[in-house]
Amino acid sequence: MNTEIYLTIILIIMIILALTAIHAKDLLSAVIAQGGIGYGLVICFLLLKAPDLAIVQIVAETITIIIMVAVLHDSTRFEMRCPTCRRDIINLTSALILGATLLYFFVDAISVLPPFGEHTLRMSANYVYDAIEKTGATNLVKGVLWDFRALDTLGEAAVLFTTAMGVLAILRLKGRVKNN
Amino acid sequence: MTLYILCFILFLTGLYGLLISRNIIKIVISLTIVEISIFLMLILIGYISGGIAPVIFQQEVPQHQAVVDPLPQTMVLTAIVIALATNSMILAMAIRLYKKYGTFDIHEINKLKG
Repeated sequence: MNTEIYLTIILIIMIILALTAIHAKDLLSAVIAQGGIGYGLVICFLLLKAPDLAIVQIVAETITIIIMVAVLHDSTRFEMRCPTCRRDIINLTSALILGATLLYFFVDAISVLPPFGEHTLRMSANYVYDAIEKTGATNLVKGVLWDFRALDTLGEAAVLFTTAMGVLAILRLKGRVKNN
Repeated sequence: MTLYILCFILFLTGLYGLLISRNIIKIVISLTIVEISIFLMLILIGYISGGIAPVIFQQEVPQHQAVVDPLPQTMVLTAIVIALATNSMILAMAIRLYKKYGTFDIHEINKLKG
């Protein structure tokens, strides 16, 4: 019961920070508010008994903030403001209508989910109780990641490699010159 | 149920930011908010109250001991890393756009295209 109350408080803080980040005039403060959301997620993971995710998320969030601050350092901090045109009003109206519709259907849809904290293990029951015998891993998350679903991890590594190549290709300043 | 709805409101906040903002950096921030809300939703569904974290120090898991579902945690672990990679790629494109056009405003970039 305590977990639920703490999570509610942290989620409300995260929503307030999200609104701050979207409406901030200074881009640097928007980036810092986004970092606050990420570190709030770390606390949520710790409360939900997911220590591995907390470690990974804290590293990923720090790297994201460093990259964003580096981008802002190279460019401008301030958002250019121009008078609101008709397009902004259309965007705002469509966003609000879309949000209301999605919320209605979401409330309708979560009635089939089990209530919070009453999840039953279906397919991962095998993973939990047989992991030590089959893989020898005492960390079940790593046992699933590196043994039962190792092909998924290989795909993830391929995605990471492709993205790194893409970033390298985008950021390269000079193209190769053919010398004849 | 309250937690699921709050999590979805966080998702909707990110979607609202994606639709109304004109600055590329703010679009990236909104995308990150959407990703964060989805990670949290998956972990919330997999939580079992009274369960232990899926890290076991003894050699045997007793059958009556509740353990938090490790499968959503694995998938979210993969997703966090991929989200980091895509974010850095979007930011690389943003910095190239700034070098070329001198602004982050997408309407201005649209006007300046030659």
